[in-house]
Amino acid sequence: MKQQIRDILARHGGLPVPMSEIADDADLYAAGLSSFASVQVMLGIEDAFDVEFPDNLLNRKSFQSIDAITRAVTGLVGKTEAAA
Amino acid sequence: MTLTVGKGLTERAERVSAVAAAHADDVDAKGRFPREAVDAMIAERLLSIQIPVALGGEDASISEIAEVCSVLGQACSAAAMVFAMHHIKLSSLVSHGAGDAWHSTFMRRIASEQLLLASATTEGGIGGNLRNSICAIEIDGDTCRLTKDATVISYGAHADAILITSRAHADAASTDQVMTVFTKDQYTLEQTHVWDTLGMRGTCSDGWLFKGEAPKAQILPKPFAEIAAQSMLATSHLLWSAVWYGIAVNAVARAQAFVRAAARKSPGVTPPGALRLAEASNLLQLVKSNTIAGLKEYEAAKADPDRLSSMGFAVAMNNVKIASSETILSIINQAMLICGIMGYKNGTPFSLGRHLRDAHSAQLMISNDRILGNTSNLLLVHKQDTSLIG
Repeated sequence: MKQQIRDILARHGGLPVPMSEIADDADLYAAGLSSFASVQVMLGIEDAFDVEFPDNLLNRKSFQSIDAITRAVTGLVGKTEAAA
Repeated sequence: MTLTVGKGLTERAERVSAVAAAHADDVDAKGRFPREAVDAMIAERLLSIQIPVALGGEDASISEIAEVCSVLGQACSAAAMVFAMHHIKLSSLVSHGAGDAWHSTFMRRIASEQLLLASATTEGGIGGNLRNSICAIEIDGDTCRLTKDATVISYGAHADAILITSRAHADAASTDQVMTVFTKDQYTLEQTHVWDTLGMRGTCSDGWLFKGEAPKAQILPKPFAEIAAQSMLATSHLLWSAVWYGIAVNAVARAQAFVRAAARKSPGVTPPGALRLAEASNLLQLVKSNTIAGLKEYEAAKADPDRLSSMGFAVAMNNVKIASSETILSIINQAMLICGIMGYKNGTPFSLGRHLRDAHSAQLMISNDRILGNTSNLLLVHKQDTSLIG
């Protein structure tokens, strides 16, 4: 999952540094993630994992780092599977 | 939730408003700083009302500050906007600097000396997006230095301190920003642009080359991205809306006085402007309701950083700004149609030229197109709130 998230960040994140230089717990906003790009990343993730972010996850904290995104997506994928 | 304003505070604001009204036309005509009104704010100690009581202030809520903005806006837009911008900067200090020694001490100074704060977030080359900086703060031991081509610093020449944004360090991304307080003795300003504008002339928002050096403890401890999301953008949209509401209130009051004078001259005949006055009153109520709803939302979210940083909150604040900035133009235009040539002409009790020119700034200070672009991006993932009351 982390690799997929990294690929999406590489495609939509518009970060000035290559993804290989960004640690899983690094602050993505400090690395240059803009609020516009963060929405594009969210859309990419919704599409790739077939999930929809509820409004309570649509904040800076959920997208602060690759680890935070992974936690948010893991929670959502779990819910979808439980519902299915 | 009910919003209340202390009676004493309204009276203090009204005394300042009377001073501001007496000089508003001269401030506008000469494009000069509203010195008398700001001195009156200082005399009434209005510059520190937002600061916690423990630090020498009065713990005023955003709604109380908004009420003062509206009262002042009814007299002099420029004085009201200076007051609003000062408190927008102060909200960043109160929200993000209270736990920090230097900034707490500085707030005490603001209260005891009634210091006026200005803002330098605009920079040549960033294309109006204040969430980007080109300049970077240089840290050398315990000292920080900054040079910024600040194309706009409202009342920069009259402020006692400037809160200024920059990249966090020489290698930081353009969005990795900090905000630093520099006091007047710690910077020089070299004028680069003259503020000669259609309206809001008294804010004296000239351009300056800023060069400052200060202890690095004066850098606010939180990233500017958080400061912007959690205090600055919301308080900007709300306090600006309160100022704009005040401008519109005064325009409608003038139009109503015009209609009432006409009605008294010809009893039994409804004056031609009466219907337009009813329409203007309807629009004014929309702006008021919109601003109050925004103030309540902010007061409810204030204690919860997650809610303040949420997309729903950003969308709501953006919508408050768009609606009030657009609607006041329709209101003042209606008022002008009611007052006719007496409204168009300067120097009559019904003059509305200053109101109309000042109100035109509302759609431009953070361009509505930029704000709508931001909202439209958020709405790609954020789902519209469907409740009426909640």
